[in-house]
Amino acid sequence: MTAAVRAEGLVKTYGSTRALDGVDLEIPTGTVLGLLGPNGAGKTTAVRILTTLLRPDAGRAWVAGHDVLADPDAVRRAIGLSGQYAAVDEQLTGFENLYLVGRLYGKNKTDARARATELINRFRLDDAAGRPAKTYSGGMRRRLDLAGALVAEPAVVLLDEPTTGLDPRGRLDTWAVIGELVADGATVLLTTQYLEEADQLADTILVIDHGRVIASGTADQLKTEVGGERLEIVVGEPAELPLTARVLADVGAGEPSVDEQHRRVRVLVDAGTKSLIEALRRLDGEGVAVLDVSLHRPTLDDVFLSLTGHAAEEE
Amino acid sequence: MTVLTQGIRDGGIIAWRNLLNARRNIDWLFAAVVQPIMFVLLFAYVFGGALGGGEYREFLIAGIFVQTIAFNSAFTVIGLCNDLQKGIIDRFRSLPMSRLAVLLGRTTSDLVVSSLALLIMSLCGLLVGWRIRGSLLDAVLAYLLLLLFGFAMSWIGALIGLSAPSVEVAQSAGLMWLFPLSFISSAFVGAGTMPGPLKTIAEWNPFTAVIQSVRDLFGNEAPPGMAPPEGWPADNAVLYALVSSLVILAVFVPWSVAKYRRVASK
Repeated sequence: MTAAVRAEGLVKTYGSTRALDGVDLEIPTGTVLGLLGPNGAGKTTAVRILTTLLRPDAGRAWVAGHDVLADPDAVRRAIGLSGQYAAVDEQLTGFENLYLVGRLYGKNKTDARARATELINRFRLDDAAGRPAKTYSGGMRRRLDLAGALVAEPAVVLLDEPTTGLDPRGRLDTWAVIGELVADGATVLLTTQYLEEADQLADTILVIDHGRVIASGTADQLKTEVGGERLEIVVGEPAELPLTARVLADVGAGEPSVDEQHRRVRVLVDAGTKSLIEALRRLDGEGVAVLDVSLHRPTLDDVFLSLTGHAAEEE
Repeated sequence: MTVLTQGIRDGGIIAWRNLLNARRNIDWLFAAVVQPIMFVLLFAYVFGGALGGGEYREFLIAGIFVQTIAFNSAFTVIGLCNDLQKGIIDRFRSLPMSRLAVLLGRTTSDLVVSSLALLIMSLCGLLVGWRIRGSLLDAVLAYLLLLLFGFAMSWIGALIGLSAPSVEVAQSAGLMWLFPLSFISSAFVGAGTMPGPLKTIAEWNPFTAVIQSVRDLFGNEAPPGMAPPEGWPADNAVLYALVSSLVILAVFVPWSVAKYRRVASK
């Protein structure tokens, strides 16, 4: 299987800021790559280079087999882009927006009209198809923008934070569309600040921070890299926290963290359920009233925190 | 498809989109339709009354035509600047469309607007007593020359629109340069009465040449006592107007296209 998207050593500087500092990436055909990182990590810069909107200072990239620097037009014919800010024309109706994009992809009037109608139906915009886009809600605008990216049935779809600013329903809708895209055989590059989203949608995740790739792999691999499971215990009385922490320090594989507000103690464990049973047994022996107990694999939040030293949604 | 035919096809599609946009924007419609009417009536009666009545009004019309057409280049400035501020340019740039299309589409849609303005102004002109006294062919030539000049001005507007940091700046910058150019000309007075250097500037100002050509082609004469411009540009007004419009295009089309590539890839 060849790579639908490949980039080597991408560098882009703005003044003294290195927005991208030597990024390599590869997306096998028909898979989803999640580019995960906080604001300002360089995600959008990477997307702009791959979509020929921006020239890198160094490095090379190929999309759908075409060199983005040498043959940008061939790249443009093969991609669909949905940017961070919905790129729709406010005064045009939903239908006219999609028709316009179809025409600019080189379709004739009949084909452009047919494709616009098809996408309007698929994205549940039928009722609003004849209204100017400025009357649309944020979610509808996003759907229209996403539809615009799919007008030419592109082999590679690049989505820059497709769910930022959407309500939970809009987010689920967008996830469903991305799922369909992949089922149809498209290759998708998706940037996101939401760990849950990358976990849900991406086959491979690239964690990026300050323009550098700091980790890559499947969600499972990343979680394993950060280490075992977390044991979490909630107790009834704040006074019981120090004792609970001491017990968990004995049982666990690391330093427990205490959350006084939620009367919760967490610790990394390496023996899974055995550690859980051991902890409960000892707490019971000490007479501690345990309200809630859970054992879970690390989330991508944990991954990000341990890789970068700061949470993903900071900055 | 060759670069040029694709540019024209895609430019046409963008022009369609711009005109659709314009039709739905009330402010814009007001500026494009009401402003020409206001200019004709205002100048015709405010200045006309003081400077020679009916004869002056007929003389003035060509000046107002040219000024209004030139001021319409502000639509290009604002339209382009607006597009650049929004995400829509990114969408366009990620499409396999001509790099020329956004600019050509904008200047073309503004050419349509200018044609509409010319029609409205001509009708208003007829109401205030202006007449076409030359041949039909000359009149057609005059209108074509006006549109060519407007198209050239639009490309200067394109460069300004691409250079402006914000729509607010574009709005004032788009008009500012036009005031001295349109007033230091024979638009409102015979350039012959201006003091030394101004007179020379007025005589070589392409505005004067276009205005003079239009007056000649329409057969509208200067009222007595209004000294017309002199010198080579005045004697060869149509040629000079044509050449200067083409020179402006030859300079500003490639300049704007180069600027567009740079600005849009920031």
